Amino acid sequence: MTNHWIDIGNSDCIMISGSNAAENHPISFKYVAEAMRKGAKLISVDPRFTRTSSKADIYAPMRSGTDIAFLGGMIKYILDNELYNKEYVSAYTNAPFIVGEEFSFKNGLFSGYDSKSSKYDKSKWAFEMDSNGVPKMDRNLKNPRSVFLLLKEHFSRYNTKLVSDITGTPEADLKNVYKTYAATGETGKAGTIMYAMGWTQHTVGTQNIRTMAIIQLLLGNIGVAGGGVNALRGESNVQGSTDHCLLWHIWPGYLKTPRASNVSLAAYNGKWTPKSKDPLSANWWQNYPKYSVSMLKSFFGDKATKANDFGYDWMPKVDEGKTYSWLDLFDVMYKGKVKGFFAWGQNPACSSANAGKSRKAMTKLDWMVNVNLFDNETGSFWRGPGMNPATVKTEVFMLPACVSVEKEGSITNSGRWMQWRYQGPKPLGESRADGDIIMELGSKLKKLYEKSGTLPDPIRNLKWDYMTDGKYDSHKVAKEINGYFLKDVDFPAKKKNFKKGQLVPSFAYLKDDGSTSSGNWLYCNSYTEKGNMAARRGQEDAVNKIGLYPDFSWCWPVNRRIIYNRASVDLKGQPWDKKDWVVRWTGEKWIGDVPDGGWPPLGSLENPNPKSKWAFIMRKHGHAQIFGPGRADGPFPEHYEPLECPLEKNLMSKQRMNPSAPVYDTEADAYKTCDPRYPFVGTTYRVVEHWQTGLMTRPQPWLIEMQPQVFVEMSEELAKLKGIKNGERVLASSARGSLKCTAIVTKRFKPFKIGGNVVHQVGFPWCFGWRWPESGAEESANLLTPATGDPNTRIPETKAFMCNVSKL
Amino acid sequence: MPGKSFFIDTTLCMACRGCQVACKQWHDLPAEKTVNRGTYQNPADLSFVTYKLVRFEEVVVEGKLKWLFFPDQCRHCLEPPCQMTADDPKAIFTDAATGAVLYTANTKNMDAKAVVDSCPYDIPRPSKDGTVAKCDMCIDRVENGLLPACVKTCPTGAMNFGNRKEILAMAKKRLAVVKKTNRKAKLLDPDDIRVIFLVAEDPKLYHKFAVASSTAFDISRAVALKRLFRPLTRLTDRL
Repeated sequence: MTNHWIDIGNSDCIMISGSNAAENHPISFKYVAEAMRKGAKLISVDPRFTRTSSKADIYAPMRSGTDIAFLGGMIKYILDNELYNKEYVSAYTNAPFIVGEEFSFKNGLFSGYDSKSSKYDKSKWAFEMDSNGVPKMDRNLKNPRSVFLLLKEHFSRYNTKLVSDITGTPEADLKNVYKTYAATGETGKAGTIMYAMGWTQHTVGTQNIRTMAIIQLLLGNIGVAGGGVNALRGESNVQGSTDHCLLWHIWPGYLKTPRASNVSLAAYNGKWTPKSKDPLSANWWQNYPKYSVSMLKSFFGDKATKANDFGYDWMPKVDEGKTYSWLDLFDVMYKGKVKGFFAWGQNPACSSANAGKSRKAMTKLDWMVNVNLFDNETGSFWRGPGMNPATVKTEVFMLPACVSVEKEGSITNSGRWMQWRYQGPKPLGESRADGDIIMELGSKLKKLYEKSGTLPDPIRNLKWDYMTDGKYDSHKVAKEINGYFLKDVDFPAKKKNFKKGQLVPSFAYLKDDGSTSSGNWLYCNSYTEKGNMAARRGQEDAVNKIGLYPDFSWCWPVNRRIIYNRASVDLKGQPWDKKDWVVRWTGEKWIGDVPDGGWPPLGSLENPNPKSKWAFIMRKHGHAQIFGPGRADGPFPEHYEPLECPLEKNLMSKQRMNPSAPVYDTEADAYKTCDPRYPFVGTTYRVVEHWQTGLMTRPQPWLIEMQPQVFVEMSEELAKLKGIKNGERVLASSARGSLKCTAIVTKRFKPFKIGGNVVHQVGFPWCFGWRWPESGAEESANLLTPATGDPNTRIPETKAFMCNVSKL
Repeated sequence: MPGKSFFIDTTLCMACRGCQVACKQWHDLPAEKTVNRGTYQNPADLSFVTYKLVRFEEVVVEGKLKWLFFPDQCRHCLEPPCQMTADDPKAIFTDAATGAVLYTANTKNMDAKAVVDSCPYDIPRPSKDGTVAKCDMCIDRVENGLLPACVKTCPTGAMNFGNRKEILAMAKKRLAVVKKTNRKAKLLDPDDIRVIFLVAEDPKLYHKFAVASSTAFDISRAVALKRLFRPLTRLTDRL
C-alpha cells in the first residue's frame, strides 16, 4: 500500500476491484464503513456480486480479464471531460515529457516488438533529452509527442460502447462508475483503490495496476490521505516477505538480483544505479551502492572486504534473459531438472496454478522437505488422488513448524507497518520456530562445507551469529536487518559521529565503503539505539489528526505512513486537502507525516527553488510515470484478452493476447481458447471462512461447518442451460484437469453480453484440497487454472481461464 | 427500562460470520456436520448447538439485486413468551440486572415444543433429550464487564451492545441517517425486545421471523390462567 489500513477511512470514494475486501480482508471494512459513515461512496467492480458488492453504492459486473478495458474507459472519460488535476499532472507526473520519435503503437503492438523472442526492445520508448541530458518537457501539455497527448490518443479508442462490448458491463454502469470515481479529481477530494489478486493474477497483471496508477495520478490521488494505490496483501506478512526478497528477481529492499553479465561489484552497481543529470531530481536510487555494499557486509561480516568486492562474487547470479519464478521452477521440476525442494510454509499441491502439473513435478524430485504446521496435500502428494505411492521415488521429510503466535518477531502488514509480536504460548510438541529451523540448517551446512563441497565460500563465509544460548534470536536478526556501524564514522555535514557497534539511525547514514552494514536498507531506522521501533505502541495521533499514529509500531521507509506525500501539496507546499492534510510547509519546515525528503517546496515550475526537488523522489527523473518505459509489455497499458478467452478476436486490436506473456510447453500445459469443450469463463477466489489453501482452516470444525465443500457459482441462466440444480454435485473441467464441486446457482452471477454474444462465467474458491475434510472429495480449483502469467512478474493467470461445468 | 440491549445494524453487516464463530467458541459448542446446500448459509438453521446464525437471502428489489444478511439470535424479550410458557423460573428466567432471558438444564423437564412454539422469533431449539437452548447474552462475560463474544468480534460496528437507553438512542440516531438514503429503513420491534435490528428493506425479505407477528405478545389463554393461579412467591424466585 502507498497508504495504510486506517487511512481508508479518510477516503471520499473507495473502489474495490480485483479484490473482495468484505470476504478476504474483513477488518479493512471497519475503515470502509467509517469512510461511508462520513459520506464516502463505495464502488464494487466484480464479475460476481459478492459480500463486498452487497455493501456498495454502485455495483458494476465485469468479465474476468478485462480490467484494462474497464479502466481505460475511465482514463478516456477523465481526459475527455477534463476532470484531471491539471496542476498536479503538469508538476508531478511525466505527462509533460516528450517521447522520442521511435515510439509508436500499431495494431495492438508497441514499437520494438520482436516476434521471435516475444520481447520488446525498450530503447524504442525513450524520452527526448535536452542538451544537458534532462528530459524535454512541455508543462502546458500541448506538444503532440508529450506523454499527456500520447496518452489521450492511446485511450481515445476506449469509448464506453466498445468497452461495454469487451467487458460486458452495461454502458450505464460504466458511466456511473466513471462519473462517481472521477469526481475525486476535484481539489481536496480523494479516491482510493483496494485491489488484490483479482487484478494481479493475469497475463496483464502489472498493466492492470499501471492503469489504475495512471487514473490516480490524473486525479491527483497519490500521496494524499484517503488516496493511493492500495494492494491488500493476502497474508499477514506478505509485505514483509516481499520486502525481504521472497521473490527471485530481488535482493532485500528491492535491490536487483545480479545478472551473469554484472561481472564485478562495480559493474553491478553501475548497471543498477540510475543516473540523473537534473539537479532538481533527488533520484534516491543514486544511493544504490550504499545499500548493496551494506547488505553484503551484513551477509558476510568481516569476510566482506573492499579487496574481495565485499563478497559480491559469492552471491548467486542469474542468466541473462532467464526467469526463475514459481512457474519456471515447477516447469523445470516437471522436466526432472530439480533434485530437492524445500516447501516452506506453503502448499503448492493446491496453491499452484495448474496444480496437477505441480503435483506431477514433485514426483520427479529425489527429496522434499515440507516445513509446515500440519501435513498437507504437498507433503502427502505421493499418496494423493491419481498417485501410485509404489512408483513415486521422492523421499519426503516433514519438519513441524510452530504457529506465528508461538514465537517472537515481526510481521509487516499491507500498510508497510512492521509490528513486533511477543511470544504467546510455547511451541507445541516438537514443532519449532522457522528461525530455529533455518539457523540449525545453516549451521549444519556450514559445518559440512568446512570439510568439502563445490563452491564452499558463500556458505563458509556467511555470517551466521543470530543465536543466543543456542537458540534463534529474533532481536539479533532485527538489529542485523537495521544495520550497524562497523567502525567509528563521522558525518561532518550532518554534525554527527557514531561509534563502531552502534545501530545505524537511518539509511541516510549508510555508506558504500564497508563501514556500515544493513540487511535491508528499507528497514534501516526500525531498530536503533532508541530501541525496537516496531514494538512501540504509542496511541497518540500526529498533529494533522488523520490516523497516522506515528508512535504505534514502525513503517518503512523511515516511518513515513503515506508515501509520495510531497505530491499531497501544491507548489507552495500547501495541502490540496485543507482538512485531511498529510504534510504542510510552515515556511521553515514540513509538519505532519515524515515528508518524502526535507527539501523546501518547489515554489513554481518556471523558477523552481534550486534547493527543492521534484515530488517523486524514487524516480530517476523525479516524476511519477504515466508513461512507463521500463515495463516488459509496453509503456502504456493496453487491453489484451487472457491467454484462454471466449473470443476469437480481441475487439480492441488485432493482437489477441499479451504478446510477451510466458507459455510453457510440457504435455501438462494445455491451453484452449474458443474450444467448444470449454465454453465458460472461469475464475478463482477465496472465501472469508478459509485461509489460502485452507491448510489452517479446513481442519477447524467451526469453519468447515460454515463452508464445508468446494463449490462452483453460476448464474440461474447457465444452470438452466446445463440442467443443473442448486446444491447438486457437478463436474468442472478445463484443458488441464477436473474436480467435483457443489453448484451454487445464484442471481449474483449474470451472463455477460460480449460483442453481441452471450458469455457465461463461473467461479470457484481455491481453498480446498483432498487431504481434509476427511471425505477426500474436496479438491483444489487450481487443478483447472493455467500456468501462464504476467511477463513482468510471472504471477500466474488464475483469475481468467476457460472451463466447463456439467452434470455428473 | 434498565438492563442491557443489542443494536444490530444490518446495513453494516457483511456476513463475515465472525459473530457466528465467536459464539461457538465462547460457548464451546461443537460444529455440526454440514454440506453445501447451494447457499453460504450454514448450518441450515439455529440448533441446540448453534445460537447465532447469519442468514443469507438473495432478493431483487425494484430491479436491483440485494444480498441481505441477518445475524439471527434470541431477542431477549422484555416480556418473554417462552418464560411465561415455561412458567418455571428454575428453567427459564430473566436476569434482573441485564434483562437476559436465560435457560437452564431444567428446561429438560418442560414441554419443549410449547416453549419453542411460544417464541415469536423461532429461536429456541431442543436437544434430543428435551433440553432447550439459545443465546444467553454471554451473561458470564457481561457480568464480568466484557462485551458479548459476537459484539466483540464484529469488525464493522454492525453488532453493538450496552445499556438499553444508550443503545436505543444509538439505534434511533443511526436510523435517521440510514433513512436519508433508504426510505424503507426501520427498527424491528424496538419497544418489545432487547435485540434491536436495523433493516433497510422489508424485514420479511431477510427472514420469515425477523419481526414478531402482530399478536405474538398477546398472552395466550393458557398462560393467563397459569399466571392467575401462580403462587406470588414464585414471581420473585431466582435461581
